[in-house]
Amino acid sequence: MTRLRPLAGILVLLGTVFATLLGGMSASPAQAATCKPADPTLPYIVEGTLLNNGETPLPGVQVNLTGNGVDTCVLSDENGYFMLTVANPAKYTVSIETSTMPSGVGVEPADQASQEVDLTVTSDQGIIFPIGKVADTSVSIWAQLADRLFNGLNMGLLLALASIGISLIFGTTGFSNFAHGDMVSLGAMLTWFMTQILGWPILAAGALAIVAVGASAYLQDAAIWRPLRKRRLGLNQMMIVSIGFSIVFRYLILIFFGGETKDLGSTTEPVSWMAPITTTSTSLLGMGISAAALAGVALFLTRTRIGKATRAVSDNSSLAASTGIDVERIIRIVWILAGLLTGIAGVLWGLRYQANWSTGFDILLLLFAATTLGGLGTSLGTAVGAIIIGLVVETSALVIPTDLTYASALFILILVLLVRPQGILGKKQRLG
Amino acid sequence: MDLIVALQSSFGELITAGTAAFVLCAIGLAIHFGFTGLLNFGQAAFAAVGAYGYAIAALDWNAPLVVSVLFGLLCAIVFAVLLGIPTLRLRADYLAIVTIAAAQVFKFVATSSAITDTNGNVITGGAEGLSEFGGTFYSLNPVPAGAYQVFGNSLTQDQIWVDIVGWSLVVFCALLTYFLTRSPWGRALKGIREDEDAVRSLGKNVYLYKMQALILGGCMAALGGMVFVINSQTVQPTVWGTNFTFTIWTVLLLGGATTVLGPIAGGIVFFTLFAFIQKVLEGLVSLHLMGNLTIPQVGQIRLILVGLALMLLVIFRPQGLFGNKKETLFNG
Repeated sequence: MTRLRPLAGILVLLGTVFATLLGGMSASPAQAATCKPADPTLPYIVEGTLLNNGETPLPGVQVNLTGNGVDTCVLSDENGYFMLTVANPAKYTVSIETSTMPSGVGVEPADQASQEVDLTVTSDQGIIFPIGKVADTSVSIWAQLADRLFNGLNMGLLLALASIGISLIFGTTGFSNFAHGDMVSLGAMLTWFMTQILGWPILAAGALAIVAVGASAYLQDAAIWRPLRKRRLGLNQMMIVSIGFSIVFRYLILIFFGGETKDLGSTTEPVSWMAPITTTSTSLLGMGISAAALAGVALFLTRTRIGKATRAVSDNSSLAASTGIDVERIIRIVWILAGLLTGIAGVLWGLRYQANWSTGFDILLLLFAATTLGGLGTSLGTAVGAIIIGLVVETSALVIPTDLTYASALFILILVLLVRPQGILGKKQRLG
Repeated sequence: MDLIVALQSSFGELITAGTAAFVLCAIGLAIHFGFTGLLNFGQAAFAAVGAYGYAIAALDWNAPLVVSVLFGLLCAIVFAVLLGIPTLRLRADYLAIVTIAAAQVFKFVATSSAITDTNGNVITGGAEGLSEFGGTFYSLNPVPAGAYQVFGNSLTQDQIWVDIVGWSLVVFCALLTYFLTRSPWGRALKGIREDEDAVRSLGKNVYLYKMQALILGGCMAALGGMVFVINSQTVQPTVWGTNFTFTIWTVLLLGGATTVLGPIAGGIVFFTLFAFIQKVLEGLVSLHLMGNLTIPQVGQIRLILVGLALMLLVIFRPQGLFGNKKETLFNG
């Protein structure tokens, strides 16, 4: 517990002063000419990519960094990328010069145009400015709604892929895995590494990343969860262990891949015939892949012997064991399947929204809301629940600020627990 | 690197109000988890709700100290009731899921600038947070002005004052917990932890007992949150993340979840080790013995160690350092 009182007070004060000054100066375009590229030899980095609507790069936009006696700025390059460097670890204020952005485009919500970064905990901080169309009255509410619903369906499909794993594992072992979201991050980070650092084609990289996440799921089960089941560790203890494991997992990803938000290099060109819905060919392909994968899971669970055995174990594992089903083998298969599905979700999530080391943990709230809404332990219900959550989170942005849309998932979660705790398709006796 | 100096200054960490804040949260969590068996994965949010309640009352209404503290506690009570109503009748997972989700959402809400007062000021201060709200507390400081040497650290009279108050609250909450858990009420809580249905069959309203435990533990966390922000003089949304919550869990499980002294002992051991490991790792980095690691990455490695400690404690020593093995029946 360091004594931050005087320092923090001064920093906050400085930040406010600079923010006020910058706000006052934003009208003078002469400021832009003085920006120089960042000095790459300085050790502390703030970087990011300016994307309109999360998709189209914005070049030539000025980004300022102030605080701790530093006042510097930089222009984003043709990919919308910017990097600022400083010599000393401290808290800084990074702000976007809204006057240098194209007309009709702005930071939404507007206060996010100025953000605080803390370089005392990491030497490389990624920063996201939520940029989009500023309230354009020419787009009708119905066109906006159609756009949100379509993108909500897209998000829902991705959430379904990731949350079915939680549901399958819960169904067969009775254990809620709080480290599940981090597999989403792993999938996205591995894809980023293979496409952007090694330069491999996206299809090969994505497939490899999915296999790697599946393998990691098998390893997690073999190294941690199977031995704990053998020790007959209580389910509540297992949940706490999974939280501890999630911290380890997440910070390992941070150390290996760095803290900045990664762009996985997906196309940013909107598909014109879909107007007024804004989407890209990558997103459309991703939706096709997720729908196919979900259909595959449904067929697997209902048509194959192993799938039927999985459902039998979910229903009553001792009864299933007494009919000759090898329960441990089924659990192993479920873990691998869950890992593969979550890997697909991670790759596609990274392509669709960009990702960083904690993306998976951030969406864990949505995943649990989806499984609870659908009925914890029921795969079909989970898929339905996930799509509802995706639609609600996206469309809620029409009425509540965009940075609070995830709160709508918590609202649904609480509502479901009050009204129908077994979920839409769940059975009542599961509540225990 | 001088190990003696590192150890001495780590020991200096112990007596700070920051440690006391975590211990207060851990005593609250002991009531939740240790005595009642409630899986609260959002203790940081209870602390944050108390801290923001205090700061907002002190800043926006210029409320006197007592009113600010009471308002912080009231916020924590409302928060506990809101989370408890949908979850406490259900299996333990649901409280865990809802509390971890609520803690995340609270951070979003506190960071967001959407919630403003009538003058257009963001009530929570947004990403920058709030600061300079400790005036009513520090104006009561009876400690004479000056610099005090404690374990090689030089402290001001204000720091001494907040340390004294923080640890007095720890003693108060520990005594309260000691007497409550030995009362008929406390025995009912332990009964719920061991076998909910048995307690229900004796005609006790299990739901009500759980709600009371959630509120009481939440209020202690809120006090911890207030001590934390009065000590640092700022309240910022980033502080109250999962790291905060699971540091509390590690402190609690280290000391022993079902004992009154466990959270205190756990806090002392944890923060001494935490500061000591940081100094040792930093020393190794500066001697280039840790490969390409940088100083900020040392902080990340330290968090990995916290996660590992949490896992290993639950698996191999669920009773903690000082707990009673017989009393560690985790339900489920």
